[in-house]
Amino acid sequence: MERIPILKMGDCLLVTIQVDMHDRLAMTLQEDLTEKIAHTRARGVLIDISALEMVDSFIGRMLSFIASMARVLDARTVVVGMRPAVAITLVELGLPLTGVHTALNVEKGMELIRADDQGAVNGRRQA
Amino acid sequence: MAVVRHETRAITSSDDVVAIRQLARDWAIELGFSLVDQTKLVTAASELARNVVTYAGAGQMRIESLNDGPKRGLRLVFEDQGPGIPDVEKALRDGYTTGGGLGLGLGGAKRLSNEFAIDTAAGRGTKVTITRWR
Repeated sequence: MERIPILKMGDCLLVTIQVDMHDRLAMTLQEDLTEKIAHTRARGVLIDISALEMVDSFIGRMLSFIASMARVLDARTVVVGMRPAVAITLVELGLPLTGVHTALNVEKGMELIRADDQGAVNGRRQA
Repeated sequence: MAVVRHETRAITSSDDVVAIRQLARDWAIELGFSLVDQTKLVTAASELARNVVTYAGAGQMRIESLNDGPKRGLRLVFEDQGPGIPDVEKALRDGYTTGGGLGLGLGGAKRLSNEFAIDTAAGRGTKVTITRWR
């Protein structure tokens, strides 16, 4: 069966979406990702969509769903590499991308997750 | 306005949504649409094709290449024999859905097109026509 690979990079998971998403593939990715977050105790999930030529409300919903799922498992989600034409179209489509952080590339995305994690640790210390 | 070329494709499953996107992309590239215009048209096509699968189960899309004087454009006609939409105004509102989605498909497709028309009634199927000019 067709699957989207999930790579472990330090305490983050990296998912690179390169194929045209269809329903079954999206469902499989959601399941694989939850299992992997729990198994590896990842702090963050980076979803690289630089290969995607369009993001419609179906893919948008999948990204939001992954973000809330990861959140429940104590991991942050950052979507990276969105193409400018896709960004323009998304805004016009009116997609909210609830709970999804974005960064320009994988490196910036990693920084965002680390900073967020650090903030959470400091927050706990102060409390 | 003249229809220069046209093609009709059946939509029967979510795999066809991918095929519809590819078809719209190919025609938009051929007509010399900018990358942003291609993306808008393909995204609108994706939303409408998915609506066909979700609400009617099956239907078809007709794609037409248009010449209007110096203007070039693409018209996509999505047609199904599904349950139809009883309240179009409500269905066009963002966030309203009966299919478990985000409720952005119809309104989003309208915003992403230059021209938008919908012909539907409860029990009579749905026909959505969008046009985007280069």
